[in-house]
Amino acid sequence: MYGNDFAAPGGELLDQVADAERELRAAADRSVRGGSDEETYFTELVAADQKIEPRDWMPDGYRKTLIRQIAQHAHSEIIGMQPEANWLTRAPTLKRKAILLAKVQDEAGHGLYLYAAAETLGVSRDTLYDLLLAGRQKYSSIFNYPTLSWADVGAIGWLVDGAAIVNQVPLCRCSYGPYARAMIRICKEESFHQRQGYEILYTLAHGTPGQKEMAQDAVDRWWYPSLAMFGPPDTDSTHSAQSMAWKIKRFSNDDLRQRFVDMCAQQATVLGLTIPDPDLRWNPDRGAYDYTAPDYAELMEVIRGNGPCNRARMANRRAAHEDGAWVREAAAAYAAKHAAPAAPTAEAVHA
Amino acid sequence: MPEWPLWEVFVRPRRGLSHTHVGSLHAPDAALALRNARDLFTRRQEGVSIWVVPAAAITASSPDEKDSFFDPAADKVYRHPTFYEVPDGVQHL
Repeated sequence: MYGNDFAAPGGELLDQVADAERELRAAADRSVRGGSDEETYFTELVAADQKIEPRDWMPDGYRKTLIRQIAQHAHSEIIGMQPEANWLTRAPTLKRKAILLAKVQDEAGHGLYLYAAAETLGVSRDTLYDLLLAGRQKYSSIFNYPTLSWADVGAIGWLVDGAAIVNQVPLCRCSYGPYARAMIRICKEESFHQRQGYEILYTLAHGTPGQKEMAQDAVDRWWYPSLAMFGPPDTDSTHSAQSMAWKIKRFSNDDLRQRFVDMCAQQATVLGLTIPDPDLRWNPDRGAYDYTAPDYAELMEVIRGNGPCNRARMANRRAAHEDGAWVREAAAAYAAKHAAPAAPTAEAVHA
Repeated sequence: MPEWPLWEVFVRPRRGLSHTHVGSLHAPDAALALRNARDLFTRRQEGVSIWVVPAAAITASSPDEKDSFFDPAADKVYRHPTFYEVPDGVQHL
């Protein structure tokens, strides 16, 4: 119904990522005339689905848009470690704990891939980090909601990571090379996150009545904030049209949100849990589910800093940064002390 | 405190393949760059060998010279085997 570009649920996700990777190679083989001036050449490259690379000429707006989007994405990965980290020490079994640790470690890694991609655009990671800590750059508003029970870890995996995947798979085809490559890596690793969340919810939903109630309560609380992750409706989205023209973004907010709803509706029935939307129903005319839109006024309020956990998340991040200063200083001092003055020899290179 | 230097990371995915650029990271020295690269890029056994190179040590060709720099190769089609006519009947050529 949307063409072939979307990640379908489950195993097809990796196929979509592999397709993006193949297309990246195929596009590079198509010849581009090499326009008369740099702006024409940029436009031709984008039109031919070839990638823009760090040292290519690019419009200022393209560079700024990418820095803003990649930085926000990187910040989201780093702040996004907190809601789940809340349950690391209280995971119900050692197996669940090891899995959750691996997932949180992946998120740190995804943040680092993304900061590195942003740095290729000429901004330093420290600068971006300072902007986050000063509250001048945002992270995804979803991470300002609390994780009240273990089932929330499941709901985050299923719904929050599920929504993130629907958003991110098209970014594997982004016109900016370093971002597209980072997203391919991230999506490949991300595929386990959604399944581990689904498995947690499935286990709870098929456990005791109390466990099932806990799972349902988590889905009730995370459903609408997850829908809001796709951003404001298309009619109010300020950045979309230009980003689509530059092929930074491939699908509109509402298209992606619809895709997510359609995926979840089927997956919820297998879980045996109810999506908290009395108006959710299949519409054969549209070939899609009708659903209730999230409360966009609430989204704006959370973005403005007034969600349940905004202040706690930032306070934790600042404390972690300040408390880690001595480690950074010690490592730098050690490196300075042991800096080798000798030039490398030929043998040393071919290790 | 000044930012830690940037390192470019190259991973050999399997024996028999070349090291390939996978990304970059910050680290105070080569030893930590190598350890960070291990944790960042090979959490799922993606490699059997890692190189880390200070980004500042890399000299790159400029995209501004994309025509003049690579053009000398464009008019030497005789470097490709397809340039040559093969007479009918010849085998193993």
